Amino acid sequence: MAILVDKDTRLAVQGITGGAGSFHAEQMQAYGTKVVAGVTPGKGGERFKGEVPIFNTLREAVSAEGVNATCIFVPPPFAADAILEAVDAEIPLIVAITEGIPVVDMLRVRRALEAQSVSRLIGPNCPGVITPDACKIGIMPGSIHKKGHVGVVSRSGTLTYEAVGQLSSLGIGQSTCVGIGGDPVNGTDFIDVLRLFEADSETEAVILIGEIGGSAEEDAAAFVKANVRKPVAAFIAGASAPPGKRMGHAGAIISGGKGGAADKRAALEAAGIAVASSPAEMGVTLKSILK
Amino acid sequence: MNIHEYQAKELLRSFGVPVPFGVPVLEQGAAKDAYARVSSETGSPVAVVKAQIHAGGRGKAGGVKVVRDEAAFEQAAADIWGKTLVTHQTGPEGKKVGRLLVEQGLDIKHEYYLAVVLDRDSRRYTIIASAEGGVEIEEVAEATPEAIYQLTIDPITGLQPFHARRLAFSLGLGKHLWKSWGSLLSGLYDAAVASDAMQVEINPLVETGAGTLLALDAKVNLDENASFRHKEWQAWRDSNEEDAVEAEAAESGLSYVSMDGNIGCLVNGAGLAMATMDIIKHYGGEPANFLDVGGGATQESVTKAFEMILSSAAVRGIFVNIFGGIMRCDVIAEGIIGATRSLGLKVPLVVRLQGTRAAEGRELLAGSGLALVPVETMDEGAKRIVELVK
Repeated sequence: MAILVDKDTRLAVQGITGGAGSFHAEQMQAYGTKVVAGVTPGKGGERFKGEVPIFNTLREAVSAEGVNATCIFVPPPFAADAILEAVDAEIPLIVAITEGIPVVDMLRVRRALEAQSVSRLIGPNCPGVITPDACKIGIMPGSIHKKGHVGVVSRSGTLTYEAVGQLSSLGIGQSTCVGIGGDPVNGTDFIDVLRLFEADSETEAVILIGEIGGSAEEDAAAFVKANVRKPVAAFIAGASAPPGKRMGHAGAIISGGKGGAADKRAALEAAGIAVASSPAEMGVTLKSILK
Repeated sequence: MNIHEYQAKELLRSFGVPVPFGVPVLEQGAAKDAYARVSSETGSPVAVVKAQIHAGGRGKAGGVKVVRDEAAFEQAAADIWGKTLVTHQTGPEGKKVGRLLVEQGLDIKHEYYLAVVLDRDSRRYTIIASAEGGVEIEEVAEATPEAIYQLTIDPITGLQPFHARRLAFSLGLGKHLWKSWGSLLSGLYDAAVASDAMQVEINPLVETGAGTLLALDAKVNLDENASFRHKEWQAWRDSNEEDAVEAEAAESGLSYVSMDGNIGCLVNGAGLAMATMDIIKHYGGEPANFLDVGGGATQESVTKAFEMILSSAAVRGIFVNIFGGIMRCDVIAEGIIGATRSLGLKVPLVVRLQGTRAAEGRELLAGSGLALVPVETMDEGAKRIVELVK
C-alpha cells in the first residue's frame, strides 16, 4: 500500500511549461508516474511534449482527466495562489516544490487547509513524495530509491537523498519517502506523516530527519512516545550551527535559545528513538533497530 | 532581514503607531543639525542620542545617552559615533556605530512591552504584551510568566476590537488610554502583516506623564522571502550590518554563513550543508562556512562559490559534498575547474560527488589534472579533509 501515492495516482503539474516544471514533469513520467495534465493559464488546449493535455485552470484538469494529485512548480509570488486553487479544486494531494513563498502567504494557505478535510498539502520548499517503483511526485533522483518497508520523513531535500542512498546501499528499501519541507509554516508536519506510517501495513520502521529551528521534532518525539509502536530512528542536522543565523532553509534558525539540535536530540532519545550521532550513520542506525 | 530602529519607527509611524519625534544621523557632520531640529520641534534642550546597530542591549553598552544641553549632546554624539558596542546580541567582536538617532526626551510614567510575532507553533501572528516593559522579555518570561499576555490572531478576521479590549484590561491600562491603545494595536498588527514582518517588537512602549502612548524603541525583522514585493527594503539595507561575504554570496543566489573554522565546505541543499558541517565537527575539524549552492545553481554560481572559499584566508582545506538531484555533478565539476583555473589551488581538496551525472563529474575532475582527493561517501570525505588540514 505505502502512503500518499501509488500506481493509481493521477498527477497534474501546475507550471508545467516553466523551466523546472517541464524538466521534472518529464523526469516524473520517466519514473512511471501518471502525469495526466498540466496547468498553465493561457496555454489551455496545447499539449506538453505533444501528449499531456494542458489546461487553463486546475478545475478543468480535474473534470477532464480525473486528477487526484498535483505538483506545484509555480514561482514564489504566485505559489500560494496555486496552492489555494488546488484546495478549491478539492485535489486530495497537493505537493508544493516552490522555495521562497512569503510566510504571510502561507498563514492564509494554512488557514484555508484547516477549514477543510479533502486536501492535504506537502511542502512547500520540499523535494516531494515518492513510493519507489510506483509513483514519484517531486524532484528527488528516482534511481537512488529501492522498494521496501522503511518510511522516510524529512524537512530536508538533499539530506533525504543522503539517507535514502545509505539505506538502499545497505539493501534496505523504502515504503514511501516524504519531504515535508524546510519552511517555518508548511502543510504537513512530522506527526501527520508518522500517523500515516504507523497505520500503513507496508511500513515496518521509520526514519525521521529533522533540523534546527522550531519545535516540530520535539512534538514528533512526544507523538512517537504516545502513539507509535513501530521502531523509529532519527537524525537532526545543525548541531554545529551558530544561534541567530538562518541556515539556508527559512525555518532553520535557532532563536531565543530555542530550536537547537541538542534539545531536539534529547527529546527524541527520551521517546525511545535511536538518534544517529553523525549524518553518515543514518542508514546503520535505522538498520540497528529493525526487528 | 533586520532593519534599524529609526527605519522601524518610520514604518510604524506610517501605520499610525505614535513614535517620539526623531531625526536619524547618517553622517557624523549632520549630528548637530539633527539636535537643532529635535530641540526646536520640542522646544526643549533635552534629547536622547541612540546608537543605531542591529542588536539589542545598546543602553547597557553605552550606546544610548540622555543629554540636557547642546554641549552635552555634542560630547555624547562624538562618544557614540564610531564606538564599537559589545552587547549580548553582537557577539564578542561587537558592532561599530555608523548611524545615530536623535530623539526628543520624554517624561516616562510607565514602561510596557508589546510585540507581534509570527508564531510557528500556532501558525498565526501572536500578540505578546506585558505591563513589565523596558527589560528583556525573556527575563520576565522566566521570572514571572503570568505577567505576559498572549493573543493569537486569525489571519482571516485579523485583529478585532475585542482583542484590544482584552489586552487593555489585562495590562491595567487607564481609561484615558483605551482609544489610543486600540488604534496603536491595530496599526502595529497591520504594519506587521503588510510589511511581511516575522517580528515587530516595541520595548518599551511608554505611557508619558501627559497620558499618551509612544513606541520608545522598535525592532523589526522582515521575511526575506517577501522581498520581491517590497522594493523599499533595498534602501533599508545597511551594508555595515551585513557580513560582506554573505551579502556577496546572496547576490549570486548562494546561501552562505561564515563560521570560525578552517575547512571550507561547498554543498548542495541546506540540510546536507548543515550535516556536512556537523560531520566535520564530529571528526574533530572546524568548518569555515555553511554554503548551499542550491538546486538551480549554474556553472557561474558554482565558480563564484568556489572562488569565495578559495579567497578566504582562513581556509586550510576544502570539502565538496554533493548529492545531485536537480543539481548535476558535471556542473559542479566545471565550476570547480573554472575557479581553480583563475585562482589556483593551494590547499587540499576532497570531493565527493554522488547522484545525477556523478560519473561525468568525476571524469571531468580526473581529466583536469587538479590535485584533489576523490571519495565515495561523506563519511570518508569528512575524515580525509580533517586529517589533511591537521
